[in-house]
Amino acid sequence: MYAGTKKLTGWYLGVGMVALFIGGALGPLQKLEHVGINVYPALTNVGLNSYYQGLTIHGVLNVLVWTTFFIVGFLTFANVHSLKRDLTHPKLNWASLIIMIVGLVMAAVPVLLNLATVLFTFYPPLMASPYYYIGLTLVVIGSWVGGWGMFLTYRAWRKENPGVQTPLIALASNITMAMWQIATVGIAAEMLWLIIPWSLGLVDGIDPQLARTFFWFTGHPIVYFWLLPAYVAWYGMVPQQAGGKLFSEPMARLVFWLFLLLSIPVGLHHQYLDPSVPQGWKVVHAVLTYSLFIPSLLTAFNVIASLELGGRARGGTGLLGWIRTLPWDNPSFTAQNLAMILFAFGGIGGLTNASYNLNLVIHNTMWVPGHFHLTVGSGVTLTFFGIAYWLVPKLANKPLFSNKVALWQSWTWFVGMLLMSNGLHILGLNFGSPRRTMLGVAPYASADWQPLLIEAALGGIILGVSGLLFYTNMLGTVFSKKTLTEEIEMPVAEPLEAHPAPAWLDSWRPWVVATLVLIVVSYGPILVYLISNLNLTSPGFNKLW
Amino acid sequence: MMHIDSRERNFIIGTTILLLIFGAAVLVSSFAFGFQVPAPVERIDPKVVATPGQSPWGDPVAERLRELAPNKYEVYILAQAWAFQPNQIRVPVGSTVTFYLTSKDVQHGFRLDGTNINMMVLPGEVSRLTATFDEPGEYNFICHEYCGVGHHTMYGQLIVEP
Repeated sequence: MYAGTKKLTGWYLGVGMVALFIGGALGPLQKLEHVGINVYPALTNVGLNSYYQGLTIHGVLNVLVWTTFFIVGFLTFANVHSLKRDLTHPKLNWASLIIMIVGLVMAAVPVLLNLATVLFTFYPPLMASPYYYIGLTLVVIGSWVGGWGMFLTYRAWRKENPGVQTPLIALASNITMAMWQIATVGIAAEMLWLIIPWSLGLVDGIDPQLARTFFWFTGHPIVYFWLLPAYVAWYGMVPQQAGGKLFSEPMARLVFWLFLLLSIPVGLHHQYLDPSVPQGWKVVHAVLTYSLFIPSLLTAFNVIASLELGGRARGGTGLLGWIRTLPWDNPSFTAQNLAMILFAFGGIGGLTNASYNLNLVIHNTMWVPGHFHLTVGSGVTLTFFGIAYWLVPKLANKPLFSNKVALWQSWTWFVGMLLMSNGLHILGLNFGSPRRTMLGVAPYASADWQPLLIEAALGGIILGVSGLLFYTNMLGTVFSKKTLTEEIEMPVAEPLEAHPAPAWLDSWRPWVVATLVLIVVSYGPILVYLISNLNLTSPGFNKLW
Repeated sequence: MMHIDSRERNFIIGTTILLLIFGAAVLVSSFAFGFQVPAPVERIDPKVVATPGQSPWGDPVAERLRELAPNKYEVYILAQAWAFQPNQIRVPVGSTVTFYLTSKDVQHGFRLDGTNINMMVLPGEVSRLTATFDEPGEYNFICHEYCGVGHHTMYGQLIVEP
């Protein structure tokens, strides 16, 4: 079924996985540098000039490329299979893929030539090659086009099925892509108005404060763009894989609408320490950021209750006995369940980042990469691995190369990430060790940091091994000579109760209007303030690396 | 309305109350105990900020620490790739110091060990925070925002003398 969509999804996933292979391989090298083992000088033969160039590649490929390609591919696939309706405009979706690949190549070439060692946050006035910015912009535009292909398919399904409630997976997938379209207005403004004309030499100066504000307009919701596809799987698929049902389907729908509403008007919590953002607006965003924990807490209850239903249906008894009877022999389930546990720690730590005053202690310290390796590096990435363990066999029409290797991969990721993130969190909290820094040669690095840096490096190496296990399995599957004896179906969780959700949970207009109003209220005044005091005084600096 | 399981409703109410307590604690402590985050000071032109006579950061490095009153100081630190100027500051114990930072090139960070001073330093903007030093010792201030290949060498020291 849907052979064209399968092929398209395979391309998105394949490009994403190649990106993660390269970007991920550089991760352990950073951790080794921190304990004094710098292998970058040995890599000049393959064109790597510095730790910071490697760090740029790690960040760009892992959080911008791997995530975006996997997400657009997975959601396009999930939307079609959930609606049971093929794409209405497949050419549009193929155009999305091609635009994204062209953008990726355009951005990757200057990065590999050391012409864009500005990290994935590319804060101006560090100035990379204009191709870097244009390429990244095209990746975002390509993801928009992919979203339009999904929306048109959804609209056609609504016309063909009047009065039918949208299936949960399709609704959640479309909400995620709609949120992304609105959220990326910030990065589009930063790129098209400020950075690209300036990097092309058409204007002399840039306003770094305004650029940061546009960046974080997109920069916080982007984490929900990464996370919500994992939630699609946790709500829509994992309960079925666990042998249970979705505890509260209407509440799951409410959660996705709340993320549409609340993901965007919170970006200033990344800018608590910025000089020219008024404190009052920082407080407003602090409060809104706290409200964003509510849908995640709803998710914790609902997903765990669904898992419990599964464990009990499989014979588990007692207060915690149902945990043991979950299908731990199924790597897709195990990877995603371990991802949830790691994500819970990440979420709790995130309360600190969001706190107006506590953030002073950990801002730009090692705490921050400790945090986001639990969220995007585990909650999201390990979930995507878990999805790949059923989706790639389905796309390739071949059985998974090895269940055992996949289980080892899941557990090694879990252990490696616990070690690494634990070390990084403590380094940031207790010692204020700066993030994204060559600590192996930093003159201020203290001997007290050493045990924690070693712990993090050990975790990084285990993660590297885990990554190799994942790629062994993917390559083994794709190049296997066996074919599937029976087709794999996308797991779809049944709701525990058959009552349909109320109509307001299947109605777009009020939620989109409320989202736009909240953005105007929370961002309008600060943007007016910054733009009316525009300070286009900073020339570009492109010789600092 | 929709049906909500009673256990789920209790969970929602409980966690929302917990968040409200956390949020209130954060806001009350911020304002009652005077934790500060940076706020707008002024916007300047980074191209001339280090020019003598154009700004306090254009003054000779030795004159950037100013005693306003006994035990009350202000210091103007210029951040640039890859150094703080001045990178060594001496004050007596018990001093209250207000730090004014700006950058003459790219973005930098400024985090002072042992205090709640942590701020972004942007070209074109002035970052300002104040701290009091009751314990003698040497406190590092470290650049925590990537600013080029020499980023990890960028730091300085505040020495609180007994």
